[in-house]
Amino acid sequence: MQYQKRSTPFSSNPQSLFSLVDMAEVLLPEMLDISNDTSSLTSSQELLHVLAVDDSMVDRKFIERLLRVSSCKVTVVDSATRALQYLGLDGENGSVGFEDLKINLIMTDYSMPGMTGYELLKKIKESSIFREIPVVIMSSENILPRIDRCLEEGAEDFLLKPVKLADVKRLRDSLMKAEERAFKNMMHKRELEVNDIYSQLKRAKI
Amino acid sequence: MNTIVVGQLQRQFQDYIVSLYQQGYLDNQFTELRKLQDEGSPDFVAEVVSLFFDDCAKVINDMSTSLERPDHVDFKQVDSGVHQLKGSSSSVGARRVKNVCIAFKECCDVQNREGCLRCLQQVDYEYKMLKTKLQDLFNLEQQILQAGGTIPQVSMN
Repeated sequence: MQYQKRSTPFSSNPQSLFSLVDMAEVLLPEMLDISNDTSSLTSSQELLHVLAVDDSMVDRKFIERLLRVSSCKVTVVDSATRALQYLGLDGENGSVGFEDLKINLIMTDYSMPGMTGYELLKKIKESSIFREIPVVIMSSENILPRIDRCLEEGAEDFLLKPVKLADVKRLRDSLMKAEERAFKNMMHKRELEVNDIYSQLKRAKI
Repeated sequence: MNTIVVGQLQRQFQDYIVSLYQQGYLDNQFTELRKLQDEGSPDFVAEVVSLFFDDCAKVINDMSTSLERPDHVDFKQVDSGVHQLKGSSSSVGARRVKNVCIAFKECCDVQNREGCLRCLQQVDYEYKMLKTKLQDLFNLEQQILQAGGTIPQVSMN
């Protein structure tokens, strides 16, 4: 039996090869609807969920509004300890049940009593569940060694307080671009996998 | 709606808020605050500054206690208070309050009790002054709304 799309004929055991080729065909990039429109990535129902951490009541109110106006879902806590509790990283329950917690971004003040934003950053980066979440540090002090230290520890960005609407917009845009890149990388990887299957099929002389 | 009255009130509002910026009571950050206010959250600015003024009263009170006894000043506590006030004044655009905090921090750093007491007095004065000014501004806003008008967006360039 000739398979229309590939010119080489079937050889032995057409049944099992059939399903393989079926699968490969479905995975053909041209057949998948990979549009360049990635606006559906974070659909209107799925808002960016931000966890904001700040010990100042005034700043909490401000950042919450700033993020809401920027179309984000916001959870605000008043300390790093509470942030860890929220994420289930405080050692109380382990991380059981927190895998479904969908946080897209953590924004934390640097100088806080008890645990600092830097220490919180380290704890998050140590966590297998949350280490991929971008963490942004906010500080009223423009101290270069501090900024370097945070970036080295894996902070996504360092914002100088007072934070402005434009800062949040820039953050959002760069997060969306990162998601877009991740999506494209994923599709590229799939394409490579599909090509690999075809090579295998070719070698099997179908 | 009496358009003449609304027009007058709006002009009054505009002039007043511009004067607050020009006299240094407010800076750009206050403009940022106003950007976040809309029909859905019409009292946002008033709410934030209210929190700020409450904060001021409390922190100033605590610092006053720390500075009370000449032989036993808790400069660490004072420094923490100044840091807090500097941060919150900066976040709401309270320029004069913020500037006093900068001077206040310097006195604290060198453990100058007299200097600290002077700054404490000044920061108390400045926040109360701003509170009065902003109250007048919010009253003007209310009058405009009650007369059926809209609050002008003032851009400070």
